[in-house]
Order: sequence, then C-alpha cells, then structure tokens
Amino acid sequence: MVQIRIHGRGGQGVVTAAELIAMAAFADGKISQAFPSFGVERTGAPIEAFARIDNKPIRTREHVYHPDVLIIQDPTLLDSVDVAKGCDNNTLVIINTAKLKKEIKINLPPKNIFNVDATKIALAIIGKNLVNTTILGAFAKATGYVSLNSLEKAIKEKFKDKGESIITKNINAIRQSYKL
Amino acid sequence: MKKNKFKSQPSQILEGSHAIALAIKNIRPAVVSAYPITPQTHIVEDLAKFKADGEADFKYVRAESEFTAASIVAGASATGARVYSATSSQGLLLMTEVIFNIAGMRLPVVITCANRGVSAPITIWNDQQDAITIRDTGWIMLFAENHQEAVDQHIMAYKLAENLKLPVMVNIDGFTLTHTYEPVFIPDRKQIKKYLPDYQPAKGQYLDAANPVTLGSFAQPSYYMEIRQDLHNDLMSALDLVNKEYEKYHKQIRHPEQSEGSRGSKTQPDSSPSARLGVRMTIENNGLLEYYGHKHPKIILIAMGSVVGTIKDAVDEINDKIGFPNAVGVLKIKCFRPFPSAAVLQILKNCKYAGVIDKSISLGSIGPLALDVKTAAQGNIKTIIRSFIVGLGGRDVTKNIIKKIIKKIKSVGDGANFIGN
Repeated sequence: MVQIRIHGRGGQGVVTAAELIAMAAFADGKISQAFPSFGVERTGAPIEAFARIDNKPIRTREHVYHPDVLIIQDPTLLDSVDVAKGCDNNTLVIINTAKLKKEIKINLPPKNIFNVDATKIALAIIGKNLVNTTILGAFAKATGYVSLNSLEKAIKEKFKDKGESIITKNINAIRQSYKL
Repeated sequence: MKKNKFKSQPSQILEGSHAIALAIKNIRPAVVSAYPITPQTHIVEDLAKFKADGEADFKYVRAESEFTAASIVAGASATGARVYSATSSQGLLLMTEVIFNIAGMRLPVVITCANRGVSAPITIWNDQQDAITIRDTGWIMLFAENHQEAVDQHIMAYKLAENLKLPVMVNIDGFTLTHTYEPVFIPDRKQIKKYLPDYQPAKGQYLDAANPVTLGSFAQPSYYMEIRQDLHNDLMSALDLVNKEYEKYHKQIRHPEQSEGSRGSKTQPDSSPSARLGVRMTIENNGLLEYYGHKHPKIILIAMGSVVGTIKDAVDEINDKIGFPNAVGVLKIKCFRPFPSAAVLQILKNCKYAGVIDKSISLGSIGPLALDVKTAAQGNIKTIIRSFIVGLGGRDVTKNIIKKIIKKIKSVGDGANFIGN
C-alpha cells in the first residue's frame, strides 16, 4: 500500500488534489482511497489530505502518519508546520517552491526531494496561483504511482461542470510539471 | 433522459455522500425533505441537484428545520409515499420527537444519519452519540463499514421498512465515510426495482379519504402498553427478515467484483502468518453481523461502523506477531436495533475476552454497545466483556489505539475505558 499526505492551506484545493490522485489510481486499475483531515475550514489555515493506493481493498481509516509520499503545495508551511513528521529516508517529497533544492528547509535526504515551481506554471497556464492540479504532474513523474493519462482522465471527470477551457488549462499545467 | 443512465454500472470511485445520493435517486422516493447540517449536507445537496437537473422525479420539499423535515417525511409517508431524509447530530436531536412518532405510527420512513458528536462542547466531527440518542425509539438501526455496505443497506432498508411497517435509520460515520472517496458499485434503477418493487401500501394502512383510518391515535392505559409491546415484538421478529433480505439482495444484485474478478489481480498470494493460520478471513457474514478471524480466538473486538476497517488491519498485524492460539477476531455489528443477541452469543461463546469498542458513551455507565453485549452474555456465556470508548468528537482511531486495547483487555476494570491515543 502506498500512503500519500498532502499539505496545503484552506482554499488551495488540498482535498481536491487527494481526490484526483485516488481517481487517477482507480482509472489505472488500482484500488484507492482519499479523505481530508478537516479542521474548521478557514481560508489560509494549514490543511492536510490523504490518499492511499493498493492492489487490494483498503480498509484502514486512520490518518496517514508515515507517508510514502509527501506533497507540499505551499512552501511557507515549512516555517509553521512539522510537515516531515512521520517521514523517513524513503519518503519522496514533492514540493512547490521557486527555491533550489539545497535551500529547502526540510530534514530529509535531498535525493528524495523533487522541487517544482508549480506556482510559476499555474500562473502562466491557468492564470491563477492554484497549484493543486499542477503539482500532480511532478508527483506522477517522480513516483510513477499514477499515470499521466489517468490523471488527465481524473481532471476531466472532476472538473466536468467547470467547462472545456478550465479542463484544458489544468491538463496543460499538469503536462508542464510532468516534464520537469 | 439519456438511455445509458439505466445501463448497469461497474464500480466507480465516489465520495460517500455522492454514492448514497445516487443510490437514493435510483431507489426513487416520492418525497425528499431535509435541512442541511454538516457532515450530511452533501447528500441532500446532490439530491436537490438531481431534481433541479431533471434527473429525478421526487418532490423535494425544503424545510426550515430538522423538526419540520422529519414532520414532512412523516406526513408524506402517512399518505402512502416512499420518503427520504438525512441528518446528523443536533439535527437528529431536533427531530427526536418526530422520530418516536414515526416508529409509533409504523411509518416506513428511511433516514440516513451521517454520524457526528453532539454539543456541548460544539463539535462538527464524527462519533456515534447522535444515533445512540434515538436507540430506544423503535427504529431498525443499521451501521455501515464502508461505501458499499452503506449503499446496499439503503436499498435493503426500504425493503425492510415497507415490508415490516417499521422505519429504518442507516448510519454512516460522518467525514470518515461521507467525505471519503473509495470504489463503490451503485445498482441501477432496473436492478433496484426488481429487488424493491414500487411501494404500494395496502388499503387501510395509510391516509386515504376512500378508506379512512386514524394514525397515531390517543391510547388509554388499557391499550397503550399492548401497542408498545406489539412494536417491540415486531422489531424483535425483524431480526430474521434482516438476514433473509440480506441473502435475497446479494443473490439478486451482484457486485461487479463478484462477476468480473477483482481489481488489482496482480496481488501476490497472502503469505503472512495470520493468513496461513486462516485467521485473515470473514467466516460469518449476514445482515446482522460479520465475524472476521479464527474460529476459536481468545479475544474478540466488537464495534460498529467505519472503525471496523481499521480494527481488521490492526488485528491482522497483531495476529501476525503472536499467531494462533492467541488470535484476535473482529465482530462487526451491522444491525444495532433490533439487537442480534443470539447471533452475537454464537460468535462470542468460546472466547475468553471481548473488547467492545464504542464511539459513544452512556454517560454515567459504559459504552452503549458494551451494555447490549453484557446484557446478552449475562448468564449465558463466561466471556469477560470490557468497554472501551474511542474516537469521540472526531479523534482519529488509529491502529495503535486498537493494539493498545488488545494489550489492556485483561487488566482494565469493568467501567468505561477511554482510549484517546
């Protein structure tokens, strides 16, 4: 079983990102689960969401305490939240940041850290600083736990009421971050 | 409507609330009424949207409170219509007066309770205290472990309600199920209709000017007691039907996994010690309960709802460590009212310790499920029964908490044992 924990802030689509991972894994033929750790939902407050991927039914409902993959949507969280809690030398970290790898203040092996400037991509392609979809391209590339094709399928399904233009922009942003 | 809407669907990955809303849409109630409350809201929002989009033909009656919503579905049900509502926590408490009346008038109402703790202090998060509060009202009360069980139980709930003239409440843990995405299969309208025909109450059993009857009339002391006893007796005899309907349902409505082979078929054969000892499997599964584990375990953990999944995983890990003959089994109660005492005793009779894990507390006593298990056991079996309270107000129930319970089961006292972390 692969366990994924996503850190972000209220309003950044943290929960949606977890759901998209689960939907993409399901489209890949896997069994998956996604759920939020809700606080009282306030814009800007630190938020976590979780996803699990497995080849057999997933029964456990506990939060993800020892993630195989850590996704950090907002680098400012590094100053206020112990995002690396429960991570070990095998945890892969996907972080949205404009900084260089050596400048990232996180106490985990640099070889496991994948930095992507998702904000820059999102601003250029989507036109808004909403990185929850964009960063998933880097997640798919770095971990291989979901395919790009299934991620695109998940975006189409999840955003089907938002219109063709938003779907295309999000898919393009994911493709861009997948290249990195 | 598009034709493909009626095609049999494979499994989908859905939010729990959405899965339930889709099932209700396919069950086709005539009247839906609800008042929004977290964490139930997504269910009735989805139903309102189906109605607005022309995908559903029920009447959606907006209410200014839960008391009204319950009264609206009670009234509609009394006229012979299939009805639906959903609520949580304070909403259910506000409904309580009507909840008693619905059972007393023998109305086949089905309500979803997205379980949440109650005030004070204010909490929006999950436990099961809300449902426990209406335990004694005469409703059939089902609890679901996962999305699939929730969907199946809703469909069975209508069959039970309409056949028995008893209301049914399907309980799903708030957030843990309502806000989680996982694979689930939603039977389509045709499949459901074959199992659950359109509701047609017999003459004289509903409000009809051509066949006048009185529902919920005044009862003098010379009759009231017998009427209450009748309700109790009917609820007790529902135990058999819950099992029969469970069998019928699963014979008629096959999940895609049963016919197509399961997903993730690349899985290696399970070579863990507990699997080799044959304790990693469900050996009893019916409408009332499920037992997972070895035939003769030393310890059995008993619980209701979504926490059972976490318990199964924790117990697998413990069994791998210690192995038979100290194996731990898991008993899931699906039907809490009527309480399946005989079936529970059958499972418990040879085990030394039973740990009952409640997500609620009868303040001043012990866990409500533990009370029922102790009552059933008294004088019949020698199993030592302990009460553990977990997960109140949204506290995460971890595998470590379950392991701690197993470790403590021999040494703790007879009262309520709170295990918070």
